[in-house]
Amino acid sequence: MNMNVETPKEPVDAMTFQLPEELQVKVKTRDVNVHYGEKQALFDINLDVPANHVVSLIGPSGCGKSTYLRCLNRMNDIIDIARVSGKIELDGLDIYDKNIDVVELRARVGMVFQKPNPFPKSIFDNVAYGPRIHGLADNKTELEEIVVTSLQKAGLFDEVKDRLKDSGTGLSGGQQQRLCIARAIATRPEVILMDEPASALDPIATAVIEELIDELRQNFTIIIVTHSMQQAARISQYTAFFHLGYLVEVGDTEQIFTNPVDRRTQDYITGRFG
Amino acid sequence: MFGSLLILLLILSVAGFYLGRRKAFVVAGGKRSQLHSRPLYHGLYVAALVGIPTLLLSLIWIFLQRPVIDALLLQSLDPKAIAGLSVSELSLLKSQIKSVAQGAIFGDPKPIVVEAAERLTHWRVIANWAMVATCIAIGLFVLIATRSKIARLFRARERVEHVLDLLMIAASVLAILTTFGIVVSLTIESLRFFDRVPFLEFVFGLNWEPQIPIREGQVTGGGAFGAIPVYVGTFLIALIAMLVAIPIGLMAAIYLSEYASKKMRAIVKPLLEILAGIPTVVYGFFAVLIVAPAMRSFGAMLGVEIAPNSALAAGAVMGIMLIPFISSFSDDAISAVPRSLREGAYGLGATKSETIIDVLLPAALPGIASGILLAVSRAIGETMIVVMAAGIIATLTFNPLSPVTTVTVQIVTLLIGDSEFDNPKTLAAFALGLTLFLLTLALNVLALRIVRKYREQYD
Repeated sequence: MNMNVETPKEPVDAMTFQLPEELQVKVKTRDVNVHYGEKQALFDINLDVPANHVVSLIGPSGCGKSTYLRCLNRMNDIIDIARVSGKIELDGLDIYDKNIDVVELRARVGMVFQKPNPFPKSIFDNVAYGPRIHGLADNKTELEEIVVTSLQKAGLFDEVKDRLKDSGTGLSGGQQQRLCIARAIATRPEVILMDEPASALDPIATAVIEELIDELRQNFTIIIVTHSMQQAARISQYTAFFHLGYLVEVGDTEQIFTNPVDRRTQDYITGRFG
Repeated sequence: MFGSLLILLLILSVAGFYLGRRKAFVVAGGKRSQLHSRPLYHGLYVAALVGIPTLLLSLIWIFLQRPVIDALLLQSLDPKAIAGLSVSELSLLKSQIKSVAQGAIFGDPKPIVVEAAERLTHWRVIANWAMVATCIAIGLFVLIATRSKIARLFRARERVEHVLDLLMIAASVLAILTTFGIVVSLTIESLRFFDRVPFLEFVFGLNWEPQIPIREGQVTGGGAFGAIPVYVGTFLIALIAMLVAIPIGLMAAIYLSEYASKKMRAIVKPLLEILAGIPTVVYGFFAVLIVAPAMRSFGAMLGVEIAPNSALAAGAVMGIMLIPFISSFSDDAISAVPRSLREGAYGLGATKSETIIDVLLPAALPGIASGILLAVSRAIGETMIVVMAAGIIATLTFNPLSPVTTVTVQIVTLLIGDSEFDNPKTLAAFALGLTLFLLTLALNVLALRIVRKYREQYD
């Protein structure tokens, strides 16, 4: 990694970028700092995510973009040494408030992981798991309906409709990842977090997933971490560039990739480092 | 003699290793990259070829030497002196000669014996020296022959790998042969038992009273060999043990892997594993002196009669002994479930207990099952606790509060004491052993089946 980029002495104020007035802010982040033990992983992050849009988080490895993503559904709670400070609001609700039920929060903010991680259960049970534990279906018919529509939305139904009883782990990598997306949308979340969802997939499977993300935008707010800048450019409306734990620049995806303000952003997107 | 031969052969093959390696260096002429195989492999090749065949030869020699010399000895005896002797008298004479040859002279041996003993000693010396000479000669010959084969393109590595293959095959065959030998000897003795006691009586009989009169007029049981009560006792105790061990062990494992802090885990896990290190005889004391009386007085409080030797006491203590087997296997299995699965469940809003029950336990099932399987085998095979705490009288009952006995206890009691090996009482032990072996084997196969079926689904 070429490190001729100096660590910023002052965090860049990403707030200089204003979302258009008419957009509803879904996730609002103010002055978020994250420590892993002694090490600080995120510095004063400020970011607004608009509803029903796709926001890409890009940046070199270890820049904190996954850490930020995992703050949004409090996944960092699982890690003993992680400490989060600052304010994150979901529709104006402080998700780090002590009265917040983490289980409920995670039902509202779904997550798709880098490596497909279907449960060791049947395809049907994988998708039905979320609705079951949250009591979203009153009877079997309703549950089946949720499973079928989720699989359809994830573009997987036609491929698996004859073998819903088969194990979810027997699918191909791309199918597994779409199964995980179906599983995430079956709980009817409002926001879906995606942590490099296509990095373990071949180009064809990736294209399918990208198309899917674009369709999902109708019903969900999507925040996606990606290492592929082409992918960010293809699927997202807004892009945020992270570097060494700082949020360096946020903007229209087109503007970030054609006319970045910060020199570090420019270096990264032109492939000079990272 | 054999010991020193082994040392000599070892020295010879080590020498072979160094000579072979040296030769390879020389052949390479300082450019090691020119060799097909690294010098190490050339050395190993020579060493293996020198050491292994000579070792095998000497082993075979040792096994054949005795019968050959015995036959020669018999032939050398004066036909007139041994005429008319029966087979057992002949073998008595033979062992007399042998003990005289070893210097153990009792009384005044006949001159023919002394003379034969001298011949025997003489032959033995010759045979031993011949063995050493042959092995060393062959070893040296092989050393020189293989060393001369070493060349730049000689494929020593492939041959060494091949030798390693053969060694590993030999190791596994040895293990299989041992098992096979045990089964065969058990079967033969069991067949002798079934000559005296009908097979169907043993398998389906409901009455176990193996005490039979060994001298005229002795008052004992009738000698009934129905094994059902013994097996019922075994499975009753094993069942009680598993009812104690599985829930406690599993919950301990879940606590250790999911709930305990790192510090707590570092303390609790070794403490739990100490349980596995306690000798079973100590558990036996514990069962007899503490658990059984406590249960008895507790039962008396409730107005329930509990025998001083009860299946419950033995089974419960055995269950405690088995906790670490299950907890340790299950803990490893649960900890080995990838973090991504955990996060997947949490990410859907599953609580900790939902994640454990719905995702972690199913994914860890093969590991948990093998822990349980091991514990069941231990429970069925456990002897000491049962001898001390459960009793030795076979009663056909499913009541855990009454005394029962197990297969292993019966084997112990049948074989203790001075009984000959040709009465049904003693031989019954072999039949019990054989059936126990077959049952645990069947149990293992069944459990492996189940695990494999789930593993296909859960990988």
